[in-house]
Amino acid sequence: MKKKKRKMTLTRKRAITGYLFIMPWLIGFLWFYARSLFMTVQFSLNVLEVKPGGGYTLTFAGLDNFIYAFRAHASFKQILTTSVANMLIDVPLITFFSLFMALLLNKKFRGRTLVRAIFFLPVILNSEAITDAMDLARSMMSGGMSNAAAEVAEAASSGVSIEYYIQMFGSLGLPMGIIEYIMGAVQRISEIINASGVQIIIFIAALQSIPGSMYEVAKIEGATGYETFWKVTFPMVMPHIITNVVYTVVDSFADSDVVELAYNTAFTYNNYGLSSVMSLVSTVITCLILVIVCRFIQKRAFYYN
Amino acid sequence: MAKTTKAAKNTKAFSVQKLKEQYAALKADTQFANDRKRWQSNGKGFLIGLLKFLLIVGVSYVILGPVLGIITSSFFSNADNYNPMVYMIPQEPTLERYSLASGYLDYWKTVSNSLIYSVTLMLIQVFICSMVGYGFARYKFPLKNLFFGLVVVMIVIPTHTIMLPLYMTFANFDVLGIISLIKGAPVNILTTPIPVYIMTVFGCGLRSGLYIYIFNQFFRGLPKEIEEAAFVDGAGTWYTYFRIMLVNAMPSVITVAIFSMVWQYNDTFYGKLFLISDDLIISKKIAGLTANISTNEKIYDPAILQLYLDAGIVLVMLPVVIIYVVLQKYFIEGVERSGIVG
Repeated sequence: MKKKKRKMTLTRKRAITGYLFIMPWLIGFLWFYARSLFMTVQFSLNVLEVKPGGGYTLTFAGLDNFIYAFRAHASFKQILTTSVANMLIDVPLITFFSLFMALLLNKKFRGRTLVRAIFFLPVILNSEAITDAMDLARSMMSGGMSNAAAEVAEAASSGVSIEYYIQMFGSLGLPMGIIEYIMGAVQRISEIINASGVQIIIFIAALQSIPGSMYEVAKIEGATGYETFWKVTFPMVMPHIITNVVYTVVDSFADSDVVELAYNTAFTYNNYGLSSVMSLVSTVITCLILVIVCRFIQKRAFYYN
Repeated sequence: MAKTTKAAKNTKAFSVQKLKEQYAALKADTQFANDRKRWQSNGKGFLIGLLKFLLIVGVSYVILGPVLGIITSSFFSNADNYNPMVYMIPQEPTLERYSLASGYLDYWKTVSNSLIYSVTLMLIQVFICSMVGYGFARYKFPLKNLFFGLVVVMIVIPTHTIMLPLYMTFANFDVLGIISLIKGAPVNILTTPIPVYIMTVFGCGLRSGLYIYIFNQFFRGLPKEIEEAAFVDGAGTWYTYFRIMLVNAMPSVITVAIFSMVWQYNDTFYGKLFLISDDLIISKKIAGLTANISTNEKIYDPAILQLYLDAGIVLVMLPVVIIYVVLQKYFIEGVERSGIVG
């Protein structure tokens, strides 16, 4: 035994130590993630029945669950498309908003600590119950439900209406799609602000990792602030845009309506097979979007190292 | 100045001539040139500063507005709530909402339970994830890249994809048939917090993938010489990791600790999935607060019930906000230095 141990090379020894370090996670991954993913696929192809004494039986059903979800289910397709569409709208908005805010907060100014503390507050308060109450508080702040109706009526009678301004922009020749996108962005401004806490943190960290010498060079060469941003700052934070996009997509899917639907299908209606199908489909779509977006950005990304 | 001359050129010729002369005179006048330049740049700086200030105030309002709304309305009395003239500042402030809400939440007991629960999980998370991150950052072993890819997969795949199998796993819990051997049948450990502890110990807790990633990035950024020096001085692997690397990794330890503690405290997903008792997780208990008050106190007006919910939410937020305010400085510094970014 002793002889054998002495023969072990340092590389091998270190490899074994490395395995020991990651062992807890590796076991956990195989036990919970790999196995569970396999089981989810299995459930989606079967009809699952829970036995009264615990345990369950599976009856093979082929693609029936998938067909049911897409052809017969009342709301799955609709909820899925709205969730995906919301996400696609939110991701660029959140990314650019957080980049902008990070640029602003990265500069030194009085009260920066306070402002940063406020900006990261949504990260701390992202509980489901709190968010729901916040939404209500927000609508109360802007006049409450009864007041809202009164305001609309007033606006209509006095002739000042949002519609008029939208039409004005429309007749200026702006494409309707862009106007609607901007309007949507304005309407969800509070959601966007509240969803970009972590992204702002990541961007601030990224901005601080840019070597100051690059800005010096740009300054000496006579670049304006605008040029410096596009030629130095933006390329340098590009790789972190990928991190942020991944985070945003995952995060916005984690509390989307599809998850809610899948949860209810499983635990309220006890239709485990269908729930698995919903989870699987939404995950596959998320992953596809991630792969496409990452490919797209990676082509344009610049890596310093 | 140059712009005005250009614009004027298009309209009237004689004024252009005049302006040009004036401009030339101004330029030639060296007496106040420095002052003028200073005013110009000062004015520019002031305008940009004002714009930034307005923007920051606006965004801060969007974030703080609802929070302030919740806090103030939790002090509203019934009369204040029905009075359309009252906005933000209650006329007859009352603490009745708090006394009732904390009574129904069983506040001190629940909040201490929940804090113990999340702090324990936080400690496990920091320990396990830093260990795994260190293993990935410093050791070379076969299939390392594949395994690290799996960590990323863990971050990307939403937990809800695997919620059913997890539920099933813990409803009939068994480790390699050992439990069946002793007890005769697999045990159901749902309704207890044990499943969350087990998953966290095995590096698969709430957002563990993200923490492993953060630690990995940070350890990779530390110089190798530290460890070599420790090794030469005769420190073993574990000693080096515990007493040297983990101490050096303090910024990321603080970041991960705050993130994991707060997110665990706020999390309702695992609580709901594993049917963990409300007495252990206050953020789950708050969901049933209005219904409880409504049935027991015979209050049926949703607007009044909302006030109780607001008070309850303030109570739930309080510990997290206190922790955040106290550790805020370390947190933000930590995030900046923790190498969340590669």
